[in-house]
Amino acid sequence: MRVVVVGYGMAGARVVADLRARDVKVTALGAEPHRPYNRILLSSLLAGKVGEDDLAIAAAPAGADVRLGEPVVAVDPGRRLVRTTQEEHEYDALVLATGSMPVIPPLPGLDAANVHAFRTLDDCRRIASHAAGARRAVVLGGGLLGLEAARGLAGRGLAVDVVHLGTHLMERQLDGDGGRVLARTLAGLGIRAHLGASAREWTGDALHLADGNRIPADLLVLACGVRPDTRLAAAAGLTVGRGIVVDDALRTSDPHVYAIGDCAEHRGTVYGLVAPAWDHAATVADRIAGGRAAYRGSRVVTRLKASGVDLAAMGSPEAPADAEVVSFADPARGTYARLVIHENRITGAVLLGDNPAVGTVVQLFDRDAEAPVDRRSLLLGRAHGADPPVAADSPALMPDAAVVCRCNTVRKAAITAVWRGGGRTVAEVVAATRATTGCGGCRDAVCGLVDWLSTVDPDTEVAA
Amino acid sequence: MIRDFQPGNSAERTPKPQVATVVGMAADTHCPYCALQCAMTLRAGADGVDVEARDFPTNRGGLCQKGWTSADLLHHPERLTTPLVRDGDTLRPATWEEALHRIVAGIGAIQERHGRDAVGVFGGGGLTNEKAYALGRFARVALRTRTIDYNGRFCMSSAAAAGNRAFGLDRGLPFPVEDIAAADAVLLVGANPAETMPPFVRHLRGDGLIVVDPRRTATARLAALHLQPTPGTDLALGNGLLHIAITEGHLDKEYVDARTTGFDQVRAAVAQWWPARVERLTGVPVADVYAAVERLADARRAMVLTARGAEQHAKGTDTVTAFVNLALALGLPGRPGSGYGCLTGQGNGQGGREHGQKADQLPGYRRIDDPAARAHVARVWGVAPEDIPGPGPSAYELLSSDAVRALLVFGSNPVVSAPRAAGVRRWLGDLDLLVVADFVLSETAALADVVLPTAQWAEEDGTMTNLEGRVIRRRRLTEPPQGVRTDLAVLAELSGRLGVPTSADPGRVFDELRRASAGGVADYAGITYERIDAEGGVFWPCPDEAHPGTPRLFLNRFATPDGRARFVPVEHRPAAEEPDADFPLYLTTGRVLTQYQSGAQTRRISALPGDPYVELHPDLATRIGIDDGAPVTVATRRGSATAPARVSTTIRADTVFMPFHYGGANLLTNPALDPISRMPEFKVCAAKVTPA
Repeated sequence: MRVVVVGYGMAGARVVADLRARDVKVTALGAEPHRPYNRILLSSLLAGKVGEDDLAIAAAPAGADVRLGEPVVAVDPGRRLVRTTQEEHEYDALVLATGSMPVIPPLPGLDAANVHAFRTLDDCRRIASHAAGARRAVVLGGGLLGLEAARGLAGRGLAVDVVHLGTHLMERQLDGDGGRVLARTLAGLGIRAHLGASAREWTGDALHLADGNRIPADLLVLACGVRPDTRLAAAAGLTVGRGIVVDDALRTSDPHVYAIGDCAEHRGTVYGLVAPAWDHAATVADRIAGGRAAYRGSRVVTRLKASGVDLAAMGSPEAPADAEVVSFADPARGTYARLVIHENRITGAVLLGDNPAVGTVVQLFDRDAEAPVDRRSLLLGRAHGADPPVAADSPALMPDAAVVCRCNTVRKAAITAVWRGGGRTVAEVVAATRATTGCGGCRDAVCGLVDWLSTVDPDTEVAA
Repeated sequence: MIRDFQPGNSAERTPKPQVATVVGMAADTHCPYCALQCAMTLRAGADGVDVEARDFPTNRGGLCQKGWTSADLLHHPERLTTPLVRDGDTLRPATWEEALHRIVAGIGAIQERHGRDAVGVFGGGGLTNEKAYALGRFARVALRTRTIDYNGRFCMSSAAAAGNRAFGLDRGLPFPVEDIAAADAVLLVGANPAETMPPFVRHLRGDGLIVVDPRRTATARLAALHLQPTPGTDLALGNGLLHIAITEGHLDKEYVDARTTGFDQVRAAVAQWWPARVERLTGVPVADVYAAVERLADARRAMVLTARGAEQHAKGTDTVTAFVNLALALGLPGRPGSGYGCLTGQGNGQGGREHGQKADQLPGYRRIDDPAARAHVARVWGVAPEDIPGPGPSAYELLSSDAVRALLVFGSNPVVSAPRAAGVRRWLGDLDLLVVADFVLSETAALADVVLPTAQWAEEDGTMTNLEGRVIRRRRLTEPPQGVRTDLAVLAELSGRLGVPTSADPGRVFDELRRASAGGVADYAGITYERIDAEGGVFWPCPDEAHPGTPRLFLNRFATPDGRARFVPVEHRPAAEEPDADFPLYLTTGRVLTQYQSGAQTRRISALPGDPYVELHPDLATRIGIDDGAPVTVATRRGSATAPARVSTTIRADTVFMPFHYGGANLLTNPALDPISRMPEFKVCAAKVTPA
């Protein structure tokens, strides 16, 4: 079986590893000459938190023939071969992992040297190099990628403006209120958002908006979204919608050709995220190895990678008419939570700021599991599920059965009994009950009890 | 055929124990239970033996109720004082001569018919060093069987494998326990010492404590930060912590360059464990993962400690490795006051894994497949190297092997402690010969063909190696009751009858152990009873009597050939059995404060409270329609068990917990094994819960 993978980014490298794990031989063709890198960390690289070495992905597994700098120029499904700039490769199964390309809006001035898309390692290098001498940057696009770029630049000490056409930030993931709390949080980090703003022209030192405003900047970063790279597939006659159309086996309109990751369109959805791409890779690897795996879509949890901003968004921000909405907002402290619960399951959620239950919410959404009866626990987390009463709280209020010393199972009643029997000091209580002799953590509680006993009339109050 | 334990059959016919002879007024010894080995003084009193806590670096004068009540078993009515032999469905008292004859004749017949390896030996992590050594020698020299392993396989094997892989040596704590008290940050992964070894908590400071546990345990409540992961996802969490340590710039590059190898592969592996992915899998909020890393990285002295929660998985070795990688990246191991360690469980869990009762091992932590090790040990034993058998099956594999027809059990109760215990019970019942040495009629002893009554800790001398690798003395207060023999005496007698005379004297056995361990990884050559007495314990390795011992390992080099610690890339994978539509919950198992291991000892002590229970979250209780205290049945693909519900917000809503001391929990657990350590997956399997 000859398997060829076109593209050696996050999806391509993953499917190669998954295929090797199933002992399938594979040839991978990567267009870029430099070694593949971990795109997940690009925003951390831009923020200056990691170096390029940290972006290295695991070396190709043994048995994989990975050819970098060998772009594919054509796919011939009839003859089952791909043609690269160097040679032809025949295949029995072909996996297209060609990824996506940045959308470049049709604006005048974008050919200037200080304008960069934010998509690749090279983009990131260019932005970082320009940022070194810059004081102000403007980011066009207030979606996930734009905000990560903005946060990275702000972290490098630049004043950053984000120009966004929508009425609130990240409108694909957030509701309006959530977007407003996010804008407020970002403002505290030196990032100003211009909403409902349409760009008209870049003049090299400023971005001019349709409303006449002018935002001066030394650098313009474009984050206007991406579109699947379907060029090879379209030229080969495969069915292409927004992306390369695939079925639940990730098969294209040609049964010998699969498509995964950013370039694929499954049930009308193009994901553009790593987690679904890896789900695709696992399915395709299983299929090629003779399995029956089926892909039925991924549940997408979006997390903004921006230092100082804790944002998780999942599902749809829209609430169906018969859905419950549970929410909490403390905008002044940057905390916002909104959960959409439909048929007792979380169908969408926005959690921004300090949300102790975020891990639980993510897992309930991911597993499509039943939401807890007490919805508040999803907002307030374990702070709501109080720990068992602590013995040291108040000697007077402590019930007789309360365990004061856990290591020796000594209850309050046992200590008051020692008192009643004539034991008046902590040492006598310890000798009689062994309280405090284990971990020693109850020493304050035992001292407190003895103090309290010495102030009350043990024959009345203690007995009561 | 399953021969059920019928209480009364043996107890009625067992003569009442004689009052033990007092040989001295007091003995300074250590607790018979966990690896902390709290120091205690035993004093012969008018109504029995009194326990006094004694100050020692490990317990700082503390004892938990298990230690305080440990002497209650010495004169317990269920104490065995005569051998028992099986007649049909019952066990009846017998003379030692009859019992020993039956054993030796049985061994002879079975080995003749099925080969030497058909007779197996199963040891325990509670046995003294002398006994563990004697047991290994007995198996290899007297029985000449390769079939020997021990219950430490269920306890320490994953941490041991990971420690050997990274550092070239496995000593639970490579530093004295006092170092933990001086650390500014301690990450405890899957450890609940507030229940399992309470006086250890004296060494923990809440303000720097981070606890990883799917339950909000007594230990987690002490912590500044509690990470509550989905059972079976610790490995992903470890990789996620390291990912953040790298991306936040906390890598100790100088240390990594100078003292380790393999970092690049690990960096590439953990690059794929970005925080959001880790959160989704583990359920631990991203912010908490960052906070944990920050605490560790900001500490001047930091420790990463693992225990059974991380280790008792089919990926336990790799899970521990993930946390070792984290410790290495932060530059902790081998730095004074910092480090990685594992909290050993059983009393001699450390020494018990060093001196040859392990399937793949010879004394001194030598590998049984290493020709040089075989030659050395063969000289000490006076046999030819080729006469020493090779490696045998690991514990669970042994306890389910068709090739094994007889088993001799010392210091273990696998009917309660082994995974998928109903199968193990059936297997034990089907043996041609089962011999159990114990001081009470444990669930395993009740199945035996021959039960040998043995001495308790207060009745014997020897050494234990505590969780720090400190070799300490167990000292005898009294003679065993009449009719009772020490394990060493039993082994010497059996060995002699099999034609290999050996000593039953602990001191002489220890001297032989010293010679056998000399030059090995766990080198005891320079340790003597006199030195232990004079110095309050000696840390191994201690190659000669002039050597001071080694409280802190790895300060200058690791025990690998190149002296560097090894980073090993590890990948998360799902539990061997994940929840599904039929069994939608995680079951995890563990320990409670008042019980020890299989409970054979502690369940018989009336002063120790405790009953089986099922801990579950109020949401789950509501869903299945039960209240706190109601009986519930937990079922898995291997069996079911019923116990009262303990409804508590301290556990995740997708998880139920059962303590394993009572025989119910391990009917349910999954015997899927770690490929390296052969540890069964005690800590996670798929379960369902219904009202009983």
